[in-house]
Amino acid sequence: MRGLKRLREFVRRDLSRDVAASAALDTSHGPILYLEGVTVSFDGFKALNDLNLYINDGELRCIIGPNGAGKTTMMDVITGKTRPDSGAVYFGQLIDLLKLSEPEIAEAGIGRKFQRPTVFESHSVFENLRLAMSANKAVWATLTAQLSGQQRDRIEEVLDIIGLVGEMHRNAGLLSHGQKQWLEIGMLLMQNPRLLLVDEPVAGMTLQETERTAELLTSLAGRHSVVVVEHDMEFVRSIAKTVTVLHEGRVLAEGSMADVQNNPEVVEVYLGE
Amino acid sequence: MRGGPITRFLLNDRGGTIMLSVLLAVAVLVPVLNLAVPADSPLHLSTYTVTLLGKYLCYALLALALDLVWGYCGILSLGHAAFFALGGYAMGMYLMRQIGSRGVYGHPELPDFMVFLNWQELPWYWLGFDMFWFALLMVIVVPGLLAFVFGWFAFRSRVTGVYLSIITQALTYALMLAFFRNEMGFGGNNGLTDFKDILGFSLQSDATRVGLFLASAIALAAAYLICRFIVTSKLGRVLIAIRDTEDRARFVGYRVENYKLWAFVVSAVLAGIAGALYVPQVGIINPGEFSPLNSIELVIWVAVGGRGTLYGAVAGALLVNYAKTYFTGAMPEAWLFALGALFVLVTLFLPRGIVGLLNRRRMKRQSGRHDAQTGAAHDDQHAEQSA
Repeated sequence: MRGLKRLREFVRRDLSRDVAASAALDTSHGPILYLEGVTVSFDGFKALNDLNLYINDGELRCIIGPNGAGKTTMMDVITGKTRPDSGAVYFGQLIDLLKLSEPEIAEAGIGRKFQRPTVFESHSVFENLRLAMSANKAVWATLTAQLSGQQRDRIEEVLDIIGLVGEMHRNAGLLSHGQKQWLEIGMLLMQNPRLLLVDEPVAGMTLQETERTAELLTSLAGRHSVVVVEHDMEFVRSIAKTVTVLHEGRVLAEGSMADVQNNPEVVEVYLGE
Repeated sequence: MRGGPITRFLLNDRGGTIMLSVLLAVAVLVPVLNLAVPADSPLHLSTYTVTLLGKYLCYALLALALDLVWGYCGILSLGHAAFFALGGYAMGMYLMRQIGSRGVYGHPELPDFMVFLNWQELPWYWLGFDMFWFALLMVIVVPGLLAFVFGWFAFRSRVTGVYLSIITQALTYALMLAFFRNEMGFGGNNGLTDFKDILGFSLQSDATRVGLFLASAIALAAAYLICRFIVTSKLGRVLIAIRDTEDRARFVGYRVENYKLWAFVVSAVLAGIAGALYVPQVGIINPGEFSPLNSIELVIWVAVGGRGTLYGAVAGALLVNYAKTYFTGAMPEAWLFALGALFVLVTLFLPRGIVGLLNRRRMKRQSGRHDAQTGAAHDDQHAEQSA
């Protein structure tokens, strides 16, 4: 039975293409992302344990938690990299993310920034953005794709937002750590996502770079929903309205930064140490 | 940098332009020196040399095919000779059918080895190979189909890196063992040989040899242009992106497995065409062509020339094979050692191959001359070098 299930899973990657495109994003009830009762275990260890989390449309949410709290696993589940053992993950009311592959989820409107900056290092900054741009990403269409003036404008607009206009012809591999992080955020913007998942955006950044990143992310909220996973408490304090604390794979507390900081449980597991 | 979709892909391609010019010059000179210059003139090129050059061009085409998947998409196939051999067998089957009743046993339809095995009739998979167009179709379809089925499973299961290399190696090894068996109906370990003519032209005549040489040169040039078109298109950029950070490409919304599969199939088809051109020139195809060693040698050609440049692969194939011809004549026992040493040296000291070395020299000279100059063209060269 298990073998059969895996075979179907395997074949399905091919067949479910149109599912993503057909269901429109419905956020009429408020939340853009629903995680309900999500459990993921690795060899008995529960990385996520009956996790319930709702992200509202247009909000900027920070997620904090000690190492091993399940933050990255949660991102993996949302973006289709890891399949949960149980639970439901919905994007809007209608799109069941558990039925989609990574590229389909990206197409549906969820962009993800990795913990380590990952950009296409042998391409120029401009080319990085061009590749990330939402377009028909099927093989044959890509072979003959030409850059239109409108698309060029859009790339320049995003270059402006992330502050890399001067670097647009440089190879992405030659950028500084902070610039790579911004480029990656820029690449997410090119996809026109409704939801941005940003994993530790300021790790390894200088103070000024951190400040710029905070500005960038705050300016994105509203038009996009942004979920930031971060360790840097200063940074979280500077941008967050709502903070969710994860601990041992579940939500420990949720609320404003002040509420969360005064929550005795939170203090015990995380902030107090 | 920009321009029409057709002219765009040869701009900024110095190496490729040089390679195509040399190829054109050779394609004009070789037939003249062989056919028009009298045999006693010192300028005369022997038919042996023409065939040897034709063989090199087939290897160069094969190397080009590998560079497309390895250099640009990061798929290190250690079984690419399998596609080459399959294309070769398809052509060999046509050539066998052309022998007709001129075989040793004089059977009107069955090739000699089938008569020898007491077979009464042609196996079904030999039907149709008496027609040239059908054989050509099979030259493309068989390697392409194998690559498709193999790639479909491998890429969908996300087999990458060294694991993929190992299973491609297993693929070619398995095919070699299968083709060694007499019951397979492909001539067992003797393979297919004793060809007489192709499309009615005798394979022994100088003109046919020159014709095959020219066909190889044209195929190489055409394949180069096709590959160049691919790698300079947006699709080519996506392939490089997949090579560098597969996960990012996937989360940006590209179906990585489809891209890999596409490149792998195109590459296999090119390899099959190379094999089909190779067989009439060398006059034999046997299971030895499936040998894993051949595929590894192929990787060395590309590594020596410089991967991820296309023309580097062509140059590497020509250079290493010339060296091989020289060594196996001068000191046969030393060749494998030389090959091994070459691979080690290139890996250690020339990670970008000979082409990378030359480009670096050129960049140094240029940046010495005009220090402050930066621009699109410069950037492009850089991108090419780091690719």
